[in-house]
Amino acid sequence: MPDDRDVLGPETGPGLLGNTYVGEAAATEVAVSRSIDHHGPDEPLAEKKLGVLFWIAVGWVALVALAAIFANVLPLHSPTYEDFTAINARPSAQFLLGTDDNGRDLLSRLIFGARVSLVIGFVSVAVGLAIGGTLGLISGYRGGKLDSFLNAASFVVLAFPLIVALIAIISFWTPPTLFKITVILAAGTIPLFYRVVRATTLAFANRDFVIAARTLGATNRRIIFREILPNVVPAAISFALITVAIVIVLEGTLAFLGLSVSLPTPSWGNMIYQGTTNGDLTTNPYIMLWPALAMFLLLLAINIIGDRVRQRFDIREGLL
Amino acid sequence: MGRYLLRRLVQMVVVVVIITIFAFLLIHLLPGDPSVSILGPNDTPQNRAIVLEHLGLNKPLWQQYFIWLNQLLHGSLGQSYLTKEPVTHIVATSFPIDLELIIISQALAFAVAIPLALVTARRPNRALDRLATTGTFGLLALPPFVIAPLLVAVFAVGLHWFPATGYVPFTQAPATNLHDMLLPSLAITAGSIAIYYRLLRSDLIATLQEDFITMARSKGLTPRSIMVHHAFRPSTFSLLAAAGLNIGLLIAGTFVVEYLFAINGLGLALVNAVYQRDYLVVQGITVVVAVFFVVLNFLVDFLFTVIDPRVSRE
Repeated sequence: MPDDRDVLGPETGPGLLGNTYVGEAAATEVAVSRSIDHHGPDEPLAEKKLGVLFWIAVGWVALVALAAIFANVLPLHSPTYEDFTAINARPSAQFLLGTDDNGRDLLSRLIFGARVSLVIGFVSVAVGLAIGGTLGLISGYRGGKLDSFLNAASFVVLAFPLIVALIAIISFWTPPTLFKITVILAAGTIPLFYRVVRATTLAFANRDFVIAARTLGATNRRIIFREILPNVVPAAISFALITVAIVIVLEGTLAFLGLSVSLPTPSWGNMIYQGTTNGDLTTNPYIMLWPALAMFLLLLAINIIGDRVRQRFDIREGLL
Repeated sequence: MGRYLLRRLVQMVVVVVIITIFAFLLIHLLPGDPSVSILGPNDTPQNRAIVLEHLGLNKPLWQQYFIWLNQLLHGSLGQSYLTKEPVTHIVATSFPIDLELIIISQALAFAVAIPLALVTARRPNRALDRLATTGTFGLLALPPFVIAPLLVAVFAVGLHWFPATGYVPFTQAPATNLHDMLLPSLAITAGSIAIYYRLLRSDLIATLQEDFITMARSKGLTPRSIMVHHAFRPSTFSLLAAAGLNIGLLIAGTFVVEYLFAINGLGLALVNAVYQRDYLVVQGITVVVAVFFVVLNFLVDFLFTVIDPRVSRE
């Protein structure tokens, strides 16, 4: 399978990749490689302005991030204190969002839980992008045996049942902590970024301006950093934003396997899980409702930001 | 064409073999072994040695792998260490559940995504297009574990339209079965609709810029006919490739939905088997998942050659 992806059109830009979800990056590569004669930007009438929605989305992400960072100094109840006089309390002045079935303040758990989602989402993607991106850049530019090997390896990793790998690795390395989960998910995103960056690098490696630079005697290092990297970054960034959303969802999935951060430490994933067990959905839907809503809005905001960034870069690319 | 397909077939077998080796190593290298679950309170070193000997788990790993592979080639996947249920039987009862979830959810996704993309791609950035695009962003932001509890809360707990949990095989009571499977399928559909719609829409917009579309327009064909007969087919590459990967990930990947709706599909069986170190069950399900994944993507590749014969000449 891997060798079908070797031929890539010059328009393997952020356009198509930007729309993707989990493993679809690989799929789009195939598609892109086969639709070489589809010229032109994918959205010819794309807006040049970022729009109000974009700034609302940025505002929401910033608000969640600030709340998470300053959770310790905010006037909140302790996220783990169990108030037995207020079990399953409805939202009130004392508990703005209510309490859970152990009498813990939901607002406080929501805000402390945001730390887990944000750290896992952004840190693991940053690490995965740095490692996977570097490998993809070298592999795509150099080609040869290293490229064939890494390409085949990344395909096998992507075809492996994800859940088996995650359960296996996390059972190896107990108990799950924020640090360990971040490391494991970072490792998991490496093949994704490798494929996206490699595909984009291949699309630029033989463009006229690169050949011109080489003819002028530029070193490989200079060509990679000055000619290719600036063209790869937009695709990588917009894909990275989508991956942040995917990784945040993965944390939630892990929580359902009991493999996210251990209770009583809150994460949005384990709050949703907690809210759906033991009939909590009927007795106290708020436990699940608030983190579900917060996660929905965060994912929505990240997707909107990713999409606008992608449109922006498409235009810039068109001007080159 | 023949050579192309043959080459792909060889690649498929290689990928499946590599995946089974990985799964085998991963699960065997995990701390703990099935003797813990089997023995329970009788877990003494002597008993454990007897159990491991009996199950053939004291042999070198490579021997165990080839014993398993030999069995597989003779049509047997072994049996569960714990329940003694043949793995083929576990697969035979769980696989149809996953298959049904996939068929219903993907049919729904295509039924919504394709017509919507055909309508909105004609006039990008008009009101309807913006509404649909923003709407699909909303769907993308609804992972199954968010949407499933919400569906249960509203339609099962609130309105009592559907049962919250339960599964009746299709062959026993088709109507009840379809009724019960609708909510779980809906939970999976949301994300798929968004992916398919966005990919098809952007490919359609690109296709509509092509010369042959201008040609069709100048012949005086109706916009509807151009969309359906000229633009649609060459715009389905990304859609098909994404569908291949997406559906491939859904087999045994719908664990959360199965858990929330108490349906015993492959995903739930796989997760339980990993926890109990039920090696043969994990191995058996992994083979099924890997074969399904590569066959599906092989079919997608084959469809590419049907849609555009140039592909096979690459």
